[in-house]
Amino acid sequence: MKEHPKQTGGFWGNLALCAAALAIMGLLIVLPLLVVLKEAFAGGVRLWLASVTDQDALSAIWLTLGVTAVVVPLNTVFGVAAAWAIAKFRFKGRSLLLSLVDLPFAVSPVVAGLIFILLFGRHGWLGTWLSEHHLRVVFALPGIILATLFVTFPFVARELIPLMTEQGSEEEQAALSLGATGWQTFAKVTLPNIKWGLLYGIILCNARAMGEFGAVSVVSGHIRGETSTLPLHVEVLYNEYSFTAAFACASLLSGLAIVTLVLKTIVELKGARDAA
Amino acid sequence: MSITIQNISKTFGSFQALNNVSLEVPSGGLTALLGPSGSGKTTLLRIVAGLESADAGTGGKILFDGLPVTDNPVNRRQVGFVFQHYALFRHLTVFENIAFGLRVKPRAERLSRDAIRERVTELLKLVQLEQLAQRFPAQLSGGQRQRIALARALAIQPKVLLLDEPFGALDAQVRAELRRWLRHLHDTIHVTSIFVTHDQEEALEVADSIVVMNKGGIEQVGAPNEVFQNPATEFVMKFLGDVNVFHGRIHNDAPVFTDELKDANGVRLLVRPHDLTVQLYPGTGISLPAQVYRVLTAGPLVKIELLNSQNNLVQVHIPHDVYQAMPVKPGQQVYLVPKESRLYGNGNERIEYVI
Amino acid sequence: MKLKLKETSALPGFGLSLGYTVFYLSLIVLVPLSALVFRSSELGFSGFFETIRHPRVLASFQVTFLSAFKAALVSVVFGVTVAWFLVRGRFPLKRLVDALVDLPFALPTAVSGIALTALFAPNSTMGGALAGLGVKVAFTPTGITVAMIFIGLPFVIRSVQPALADLNTELEEAALSLGASRFQTLWRVVLPLLAPPILSGFTLAFSRALGEYGSVVFIAGNMPMKTEVASLLIITKLEQFDYAGATAIAVALLSLSLLAILLINLIQTRATRYLGNA
Repeated sequence: MKEHPKQTGGFWGNLALCAAALAIMGLLIVLPLLVVLKEAFAGGVRLWLASVTDQDALSAIWLTLGVTAVVVPLNTVFGVAAAWAIAKFRFKGRSLLLSLVDLPFAVSPVVAGLIFILLFGRHGWLGTWLSEHHLRVVFALPGIILATLFVTFPFVARELIPLMTEQGSEEEQAALSLGATGWQTFAKVTLPNIKWGLLYGIILCNARAMGEFGAVSVVSGHIRGETSTLPLHVEVLYNEYSFTAAFACASLLSGLAIVTLVLKTIVELKGARDAA
Repeated sequence: MSITIQNISKTFGSFQALNNVSLEVPSGGLTALLGPSGSGKTTLLRIVAGLESADAGTGGKILFDGLPVTDNPVNRRQVGFVFQHYALFRHLTVFENIAFGLRVKPRAERLSRDAIRERVTELLKLVQLEQLAQRFPAQLSGGQRQRIALARALAIQPKVLLLDEPFGALDAQVRAELRRWLRHLHDTIHVTSIFVTHDQEEALEVADSIVVMNKGGIEQVGAPNEVFQNPATEFVMKFLGDVNVFHGRIHNDAPVFTDELKDANGVRLLVRPHDLTVQLYPGTGISLPAQVYRVLTAGPLVKIELLNSQNNLVQVHIPHDVYQAMPVKPGQQVYLVPKESRLYGNGNERIEYVI
Repeated sequence: MKLKLKETSALPGFGLSLGYTVFYLSLIVLVPLSALVFRSSELGFSGFFETIRHPRVLASFQVTFLSAFKAALVSVVFGVTVAWFLVRGRFPLKRLVDALVDLPFALPTAVSGIALTALFAPNSTMGGALAGLGVKVAFTPTGITVAMIFIGLPFVIRSVQPALADLNTELEEAALSLGASRFQTLWRVVLPLLAPPILSGFTLAFSRALGEYGSVVFIAGNMPMKTEVASLLIITKLEQFDYAGATAIAVALLSLSLLAILLINLIQTRATRYLGNA
């Protein structure tokens, strides 16, 4: 990629560097992943299959998929709108807005869950009103969705803002000068230029939405078969000492992580190729 | 289509980019907006295009053929705009780039697929790049991109063609070739065109009419010959080529050049290097003493560098045969006599006088 | 004169996109977060300190901040090594290693939590071996630190890697040509230039570790006063319906971590004055 490769000195220097880096990566990153797989299949394939097709596991999988299907599109639309406003225009309060978009990353997932309890919980601001109208937010699906929206809030916007800032708006101006409408300009010029960045943000948002634990743990109430997402189901099984079942479900989530990494790498390569 | 610019002002924050500018651009001409960076020329061009809006509440107007277009957004102004860095759509082929403006028209006005193909092919022929139709912008050279950008702008049959520093990003040889080509193209299609440049040579060579801009205002408007031969202001004189400046003052209704730096009633005599002759003795009119410092004989003209009484550098360009008739040597005391010169007071305005 | 909210631009959609952004931001982030601030103000000054001064709470803060700090430091050492390898090492499967760096981002924290616990538990191969050497990891503060290193490592690598790739080798060649040794070049030229990305990687790893829950909670052992992190204590308080207590701890955690980020940003600004962005 660069004109002249930048490499570390001699053979032994390189060897030491490789050994150190691979040891760190191997022990700290790869080994935990292998442990999950080993433990998941400790009781054989049949037991693994039984664990992931268990009634509660299946409902946890469906809940996780359902929450993700709501959260990812919403945060994607937000990310595109925020990036359009922040990257293409200069206005008062722009940098404040930029920091506020990043704010959820600075908030502990547990605190993210807590704030929705404070709003919608039984003793929360809207708690009385909600229970009078027989509406449940906390310890129910809406709470899980809200908490997940909060923790995955910045992903798409964060990917798009630097990309769109760097691309500038000359191509959009050219499209407008050729008679295109605003929506045509967005669909035919902006979108094709940001598609890899957008996809990248969606992949990250999706991985976090499916895997979120802390925030969801606070608002879900851990009702088996009802408000347990897959990561919560893993916790429940683990705390019941059903280790094999817990790791079987964890292996599904690990598979998701690996798919995420593969997609991410492909998207990065495609994006780099388009940029070149 | 003629363009009328009336009382346009524009500020960016505290920076006044344009200060009450008015200008009439005649139909069918090729006009250059010439000025240094920060003079407001690109801002003016973008305001004409509708890519930028003039300050509100100052009564500024843009008219095409006498009809106001100030409130038309850029996508309904039907101007062809060629961006400095081309702004080609990187994800579309050359063909699709040129077809873009035709494809985004409302269905009722849109040409058929075949008609679009025909029109694009025609334009590719016009810019002599038919063979590159299926390439992507990244696979083209700078000069090719420039021509595609031009073809794309022409595809929508614009009322006016606006070009922002059209040759700015190209290397010298390509630039000279494209200049000639642009002039030729304009002579073929005759669409009213304005281009922005900071290169006086480019403006003098290509344009029918030159608008010299400085600090958000217009210094002079005229044909190339006019602005070069009769610069209205000291700025124009200096911007259009090399000049030697001699400081002096008015004494008994005549300028006296002592080379003493500016006093309150000071005047400045501006002479281009090729408008000075070198003499061994003082003449009857203005003759300025100087000492030869260096003589450069390599090149189409002999370049003599001299130092005047204040030790300021003066340049003189004379033909080889004139130099051969009377060669000078470094260190020699000589007198400089201007053939053509212009006198400016402290107000930047030109003072008429006869040598 | 009219207040100018934005510079004029020919691009459409400013009102729509900004309006939607502010609306959605308020709905999902700002209003809920303000609930936290208002609820804690209901507590009052004394009520707030009553909760915070409790020894169990103080102990949880201590263990959280200390572990996060240690973990961020170790992440810096490990992270710079791996980043160096990814940019300048010669190894056939570098692309694969590069992809794996993001695993802690992609892996749900609950999964990392139980995986690290299984890896370091006293009855596992590695945990047993370490125990034989007298090092206990699982269910000790060390375990918390290890989980936080796992979570923080990618932040450091991804901060340092692009800066290292952009680093002009001419600078190093210049230093060497002026007679510096390889070590002096590294210490006096390369590391100072990498200091800003290292510091920002440290900040990201540290602040993420402060609030971390999933990957820590399984390996920590959760013994009050010893291995109970702040985020877990919030959950414990909630389970006891002590909303006020949970809120107070959350506010303290949030403000302390924002303060830490601010402090490090200040150091960063001072340290990078040479970049001319004073």
